[in-house]
Amino acid sequence: MSHNDQYNCQALLGSLCDYVDGCLSEELCQEIEQHLSECDDCRVVVDTLHKTIYLYKKSAEETEIPGKVRERLFKALNIEDYLQRE
Amino acid sequence: MTKEQADVSLELLKAGDRREFARLVDKYSNSLYRLALKMLGNPLDAEDVLQNTFLQAFQHLRDFEGRSSVSTWLYRIASNEALMLIRKRHPEIALSDIVSEENNENDFVPAQFTDWGHLPEEELLSSESRLLLDRAIQNLPEIYRIVFILRDIEGLSITETSQALNLTETAIKTRLLRARLRLREEISRYYGEKLNKRSKK
Repeated sequence: MSHNDQYNCQALLGSLCDYVDGCLSEELCQEIEQHLSECDDCRVVVDTLHKTIYLYKKSAEETEIPGKVRERLFKALNIEDYLQRE
Repeated sequence: MTKEQADVSLELLKAGDRREFARLVDKYSNSLYRLALKMLGNPLDAEDVLQNTFLQAFQHLRDFEGRSSVSTWLYRIASNEALMLIRKRHPEIALSDIVSEENNENDFVPAQFTDWGHLPEEELLSSESRLLLDRAIQNLPEIYRIVFILRDIEGLSITETSQALNLTETAIKTRLLRARLRLREEISRYYGEKLNKRSKK
């Protein structure tokens, strides 16, 4: 981040989560987008932050409880009568 | 009435109906297993946390007052179980380390500015990349890891995450920002190197 932009870059960092989660007012969003159009480093941080969250979500979606673990769980809880095998 | 309450009857659960409890287990076991696995990085520990979570839930269902949703309550039990197991496994991590971590703001200023986001998805999510993603999340201090998992992987809102962890929404937002920035930093180094290798080919 360049020294000229330092104040805006720091301000962006403070609002980063709310911006990425879409929780900011339209006015603040516009201010941030104006800054992003002028500051390459911040634009990269925002873009790759979005992508980071996306990659974790996407890779976790494919994690499923293994069948054996599910069976042992139902057994440990004494509800194996209700275990519908998949 | 929320969809969740319509799906699983709290009344039947509180009355000790085993079939309804089995439905509850079926509904949430996948999410809670995923949370435990991401927190602990070990399938055996994840299974322990999963079983203990539902055992605790079964024992305390009668006391559940409905101040949060059933799912948030389950996430709360699972988070506590996972954090307790981590502390049992790593008693050497003192509370003072966690507090000094909280006060160290300099670690969270971005330093990686490589624009790797346009790498193809098969490369971003290759088996090697997935190992790196797992390693990066395991490297996060657990107080940040749990917030990131609940909010960004499991999709809880800030309010739900604060209820699950019994922390203020401000504390959740601070920890979430740090978790996200740290993960971005670590995986940016890796994807940046990949990008470099590609451009040299």
